[in-house]
Parts: sequence; structure tokens; C-alpha cells
Amino acid sequence: MLVVVVPVIIATLAFAWWYRASNPRAVRSSELAYEGRIEFVTWSIPALTVILLSGVIWIGSHQLDPRAPITAKAAPLRVDVVALDWKWLFIYPDQGIAAVNQLTIPAQTPITFRLTSATVMNSFFVPQLGSQIYTMGGMTTHLNLLASEPGEFPGISANFSGDGFSRMRFLVKAVPSSDFEAWVAQVRGGGAALDDARIAELTKPGTAPPTTYRSVMPQLFEHIVEQTAAASANAAVTPPVPQEVR
Amino acid sequence: MLGKLSWSAIPFSEPLPLISTAVVAIIILVALGIVTAKGWWPYLWREWLTSVDHKRIGVMYVALGLVMLLRGFADALMMRSQQALAVGTAQGYLPPEHYNQIFSAHGTIMIFFVAMPLVIGLMNFVVPLQLGVRDVAFPVLNSVSFWLTAAGALLVNVSLVIGNFARTGWMGYPPLAGLQFSPDVGVDYYLWSLQISGIGTLLTGVNFVTTILKLRAPGMSYWHMPVFCWTALASNLLIVAAFPILTATFLMLLLDRYLGMHFFTNDAGGNQMMYVNLFWAWGHPEVYILVLPAFGIFSEVAATYSGKALFSYRSMVLATLAICILSFMVWLHHFFTMGAGANVNAFFGIMSAVIAVPTGVKVFNWLFTMFGGRIVFTTPMLYLIGFIITFVIGGLTGVLLAIPPVDFVLHNSVFLVAHFHNVIIGGVLFGVLAGYNHWFPKAFGFTLDERLGKASFWFWLFGFYLAFMPLYALGLMGMTRRLQHIADPSWRPWLLVAEVGAIVILFAILCQVAQLYVSIRTRAHRRDVTGDPWNGRTLEWATPSPPPAYNFAVLPNVETIDAFWEMKRKGRRPVQTRYEPVHLPRNSPTGFITAFFAVVTGFALIWHIWWIVILGLIAATATMLVSGWSHEREREISAAEIARSERTRANLGGAA
Repeated sequence: MLVVVVPVIIATLAFAWWYRASNPRAVRSSELAYEGRIEFVTWSIPALTVILLSGVIWIGSHQLDPRAPITAKAAPLRVDVVALDWKWLFIYPDQGIAAVNQLTIPAQTPITFRLTSATVMNSFFVPQLGSQIYTMGGMTTHLNLLASEPGEFPGISANFSGDGFSRMRFLVKAVPSSDFEAWVAQVRGGGAALDDARIAELTKPGTAPPTTYRSVMPQLFEHIVEQTAAASANAAVTPPVPQEVR
Repeated sequence: MLGKLSWSAIPFSEPLPLISTAVVAIIILVALGIVTAKGWWPYLWREWLTSVDHKRIGVMYVALGLVMLLRGFADALMMRSQQALAVGTAQGYLPPEHYNQIFSAHGTIMIFFVAMPLVIGLMNFVVPLQLGVRDVAFPVLNSVSFWLTAAGALLVNVSLVIGNFARTGWMGYPPLAGLQFSPDVGVDYYLWSLQISGIGTLLTGVNFVTTILKLRAPGMSYWHMPVFCWTALASNLLIVAAFPILTATFLMLLLDRYLGMHFFTNDAGGNQMMYVNLFWAWGHPEVYILVLPAFGIFSEVAATYSGKALFSYRSMVLATLAICILSFMVWLHHFFTMGAGANVNAFFGIMSAVIAVPTGVKVFNWLFTMFGGRIVFTTPMLYLIGFIITFVIGGLTGVLLAIPPVDFVLHNSVFLVAHFHNVIIGGVLFGVLAGYNHWFPKAFGFTLDERLGKASFWFWLFGFYLAFMPLYALGLMGMTRRLQHIADPSWRPWLLVAEVGAIVILFAILCQVAQLYVSIRTRAHRRDVTGDPWNGRTLEWATPSPPPAYNFAVLPNVETIDAFWEMKRKGRRPVQTRYEPVHLPRNSPTGFITAFFAVVTGFALIWHIWWIVILGLIAATATMLVSGWSHEREREISAAEIARSERTRANLGGAA
């Protein structure tokens, strides 16, 4: 697109300069108000650019769809993400563990995220790993990411969510897969269990230091989605309908 | 008795809003004092506050927009300073609950109470003159529109000192903006002020669509209308189609907040995604409501100062109408990241890119208008050149953001912030300032100082690039918007450059103020006695500056586009000796009084003072009814009076 934009900028400056009223050498064509050939070109250039671009958009949207699984040698790891005021809860359903504000993942392994919010809308975003996706109460969104190299990547919420928004940060630690197994074992070996009392504590507004939990109740993610959709006391009339974002 | 209102609503512990309010209050009191001391009230009431003259209303709209620009810019300076200061361990000087109000107010004010009044103000002033008619279709309604807009602006500013403004961002997404997460009055200020001003805007849309479709000078077919009128038509069609969506959406959010309903809550079947969709179903057309008239202004400017007809008028009009329709088909690009499937995202991405076609055609047409012209570098012409260069860059980044996979990493980043400031400052604001410099002599009978106008332009241009190019870079580095605190210290140099840019823009605004002051002081030397200071092409330049209340003594007969240019080409118009009496609408206090009650009602709604709500609603309705049933709505200007004022004008013109 720079191929179009840069010449336009240059032409603007050149025309403005050359056709300045004080230039005696400029040939004026003061009656030029329509010229079919120019007209053809002025519609063609943007139209052709956009046709080309439309192909890029169509293919790109499908190839880089956040829902599309990433193919890699390793089997994908499932992680459930819950946005809280103002912290991130990461549940590893297959490992039965959880963490707050720190996301340890094996490198070179596709991560399949399910995401929701127990509070207002947020957006789960690790800029160095790729796409972001909204997290919304009572609903589930999907995202697939892969860290191609081990490393530490800051993660944020990219949708304003209130007073603690700018401190709603977490750290992604991508480690070699053997280290990941060791980390899981270590988490299971110590720390607290993520029980109802601790969940209630986490849902209170405020920030939290990175923490791990040795165990979680089964189906915690589904439970939170249903709870958020049904939570309020005066909502008894409507049955909770967890919505799937398609 | 007073609902939620109590002394605790006034933030005595926070010096910043109190001091700024005190300063503004003092300025207002001094201004009111001067008006009272000089005995200007009768004049103000008669000639301005109750005026239904489209020219006066246009001037008041522009004045409102410029005053609110100062407020919105003060917010911008505070935000930039906070982000430049609060990096790493430093916390800056604004706590989140204050900072969050500032960026919410900045967005709300800049869109609804700066850009909208400026654009609508110029349309008000120019469109009837360009159409060769004496007023808009519904002059009293026009006054109601203006005063309701002013009422909304007033309510937003009241939130500075009584209670607080929304802390949700200018889009007010639920559930954050719902009762559960924002129980205080901030969101109510946001919603009610926009509901009130939104009614005004909708009425403006109805008024101008009717005016342009039904009231044109004899002989002016659609294909003879100036391009600015075409863009005004497109813009007002969009207003009529889009603003009801906003009003309905806000009404649903209000029902959630006031009656405990569940349109947009997390629970009980509420659907927050519906709000986001509806908001942008209004929000994207809104972008074009603002920028299409700016395109129209630039078309007038390009033709006038190149001394040439606009290149390819018809494709300009077709491009305008194409944008008008396409603007309703792209709203989802504001939230590709919400989780829609690839097909949906791809469709809206492609539709967004398609808008670049008619827009690109417009750019080429301005370019070829300059080609072969005799270009005079006045302030509006500088704005045109600055606009083309800036706007194509903004268009480029816009097309990038329209590619879903790109948007997935840039959504809500400061790259996006840079993009929309790029098109709103580079497009809408430059357009409005070009129009302000271009039409000022028509409104007031003297030209604006060119030196300060050009200085302001250069400050705006460089200030914009300094303030927003760093944000493009920061966005690519992963900086999201609305951060009260920045964790990464390596971003600081960029933020400091952006702060410098904001200060350069401050100089631009100071030059703008100085330009107005100096021009008024030296107006004796800069009188426009011809009515046509720029060798104009369209009918507004056929009237004296400022035009008489009746605009045209005899409605012009239009046979071509650029009607006034043709008249000049064919030699001076024959001197008119016989005039008919002209009927003009009488002044009406309806708008002012209705808006007064709207402010009272809005304030009472915000604070849950129900008895005032009821009284206010009754009073506002009664005002409208009384106005509706009044019979003495017109005054006559006699033929003799018109002949006299036209003779005076002819003599003045002859002397020049």
C-alpha cells in the first residue's frame, strides 16, 4: 500500500509547489474538470489495491483464526483463563492445578485456551505470542497460541476494565517441556488448594501477587461460566444460559 | 427530597477538579458581569439566544465546539502528562479513579461536543447559503437542536464538580458501565448528557435532510448542488439512520441501571455483546457523519484556492454516497477480537477495505483539482495539503487495522489510538479549521489574520506528528490504551516525545485564540466589502459579508454547478430594482427554555430527584406545546427595507 501512499504524498507536494500562483513556468489548465482516462485510473488504483488486499484478508482471517488449532509435533496443552477484578486466573484442567497472574507453559507446544470473565469484559493479550481475545462473563471464547522459544513474555488485559486495569498484568513463562513437567509436580507438591473460600477471595476487586494452587475442583471453568451467567439474586426468573461465542 | 445528592458529591478532597472548576466559574462570572454591566443582555437575548437564524445558530455551534475543544484538550494534556510521568516505579499525579474519568471525558467531549458542534455549526452556516435559500426547513427546531446540544455539554461539565464523570471509557461498555460495576453517578452523567444532545443531533439530521431535499434555489437540481451540500446531505442521512440506534442502546443501558433490567448484564440472560454491536452500528457511521462534511469543505477549498472547478464532481458525489452506504456495513471491525468466526471477520475486514476505494478516489480528485490550477497558499489551502498527506497515512494504518489477523495484535493498542487521531485530527479537525478560516469573513465581514492562522496550522501539523507517531511505535511494541501506569520503562522516551507533541498542539491552540483576538482588534483593516474575498465559486459568496437576515434579496436562479462562478463569468448580475417583501421566522425562546428544562431534568435524573424530573418534563413539554400552538411565527421585511439595504451594499461594493 505504500506503493500508493508514497506517490500520493509526493504528488501532493509536487502539484502544490509547481502550480503555485507565482510560478510563471506552470502551464495552467483551468478548465480541466473531467478527463475520462484520469477518472479510470483514479478508480482503478484503489480498486485493484483493495481486490488484492481482500485476498490477503480472506486468507489471513482463516489461517490466523484464533480458534484454529495450531499444528505442531507436541500434543496441545489445555489452559482455561478467567479474568477477575483485576487479576488473571489460569486453570490447567488436565493437570488439576491453577495459578494467578503467572502462566507457565511448555515451549513449542500449542496451547488451547478457553477464556471467560467472572467480572467485566477484558481482553487476554500476550503481545509477543500473538492474537488477543475478549473474555466475557457467562461466555466462552477460544484462542490458540504457541511459544516457539522458551522465554518470558508479559501479558496484559487489552480492554479497559476499571480502576485496577493497568496493573492487571501477568507473566508468561515458556519453558522446555521437561521443565514444565517438573513445574507441574512442584505446584502439586505445595501451596494451597483453590477452594470456594479462595475463589471468593480472588473475586474481590484488587490486585494479587503471582500464586499457584496445588489443586482445583473439577469443572471449575464451567462452574464459573455458569455462576457468572446466573449470579445475581434478582435473576431467578431466567434460567442461566451459558453462551458460546461462535 | 434531593435523591442521591448531598454535600459528599462535591470532591472537596481533590484539588484538581475544584481548582479548575473555580477558574472556569470565575471566568464565567466575569463574562456574565461584563455582559450585565454593559447592558448587553437584551442584545444577546434578542440577537443570539432566541435567534432562529441559521447563520447565528451556526456561529453559536462553532463557538460551543471551540470552547469545548479547550476543555477536551486540557484533558488530553493531563493524560499525556500522566503517561509520561507514571512509568516504572513512579505513579504520576493522577490516581486511577481520576485518570479514568479524564480519558472518558476526553473522548466523550471531543466526539460529541467538539467535533459534532463544529461540523454541524459549519453546515448550519453554509448549507442554506450555498443552496441559495433563506433558512433551513425548520428554523425553530434548529434552535432547539443547538440548545439541546449545549445542554448536554453543560451536564458533562457539571460532573466535574458535582459528583463525577464516567470511568468506563467513552464507549461505556457494559457490564463495566452497568449498575453492578459502576454504581455511582458517572455513567448516568455520560448517558443523560448524550441522550439530551442526541435528540438535538437527530433533529438536526431531520432538519437538514429536509432542507437539502426540499429547499433549494430555483433551478438548482441535485446535480447543481455544491459538493459540501452533498456531503452534508450524506452526513445528515447518516445522522437520521444512526443516532436512533445510539439513543435506543443508551435507553436499554439506562433501563438496566434505573430499573434493574438485564439487557447487557453478565447474568439473567443479558448480552454485553449486543451493546458493543449496537454501539458501533452507530459508532462507525458517526465517523463518517464527521468526516464527510470535512471532505466537502476540502472540496470547496481545493476548487476555490486552485482557481479551478473541482475535478470530477460526479465521481466525488458518487464516492460520497458510496461511503454513506458502506459505512453501515463495517461496524464489526471495531471488535474482531470478540470471537466471531473467520468468515464473519473476513467479510467485515473486506468491507472496511472497500471503503478505501471511494475515499481513495476523493484523494485523487483533490489532487487533480490542484493539477493545472493557480494555487494560492491561504490557511485553508495549507490545511488541505496537510490533510491529504496526513489522511493517506491515517488511511494506510486504517486499512492495516481492517485486516483481522493484524487487528488481533493491534486492537485497543495505542496504534489504534494513533490511527483514529490521525484521521480525526488530520481529517475532521483540519477540515473544520480550514472551513473556519474560509467562511469566517462571510460570517463576520472581516478576514482572519493569515500569519497567525498559518502559524497555528504548522503547530497543529507538527504537534500532531510528534504526539501520535510515537504512539504508532508504542502500539507495535504492545502498549494498550487507557493505561494509568506504564510498567515498561523503555517506553518512556516515546511517551516524552508524545508529551512534547501535545505541548506543540497547545501552541497551535494558543495561536488560534490569538488569531481570533488579533483579527477582531484589526477588523477595520480587514473588512470584506465585496462579499467575495476568495474569488469563490458557490452562492454563499454572492451575498454580502455578513449576509443580511434574509440571505438573498431575490432568490438566485441556478443553471449550473458553481453557480456564483458562472454569474461572475457572464458578467455582473443585472441590478435588481424591484423587490418582494420577505417573510422570515420570528425569534423564539423555545429552544433555550426547552434546553433549560432539559438540563434540570437531566440533572434530577442523574441524582434520582424524582419530583424535579416530573416538573422538568412537564415544563419542557409545555414549552414545546406553547411554541407549537403559537401563531405569530413570521415577520415580514418590507420590499422598501430590502431595497434600502441592498442599495447600501451596492454602494459599498462599488467603493471597493
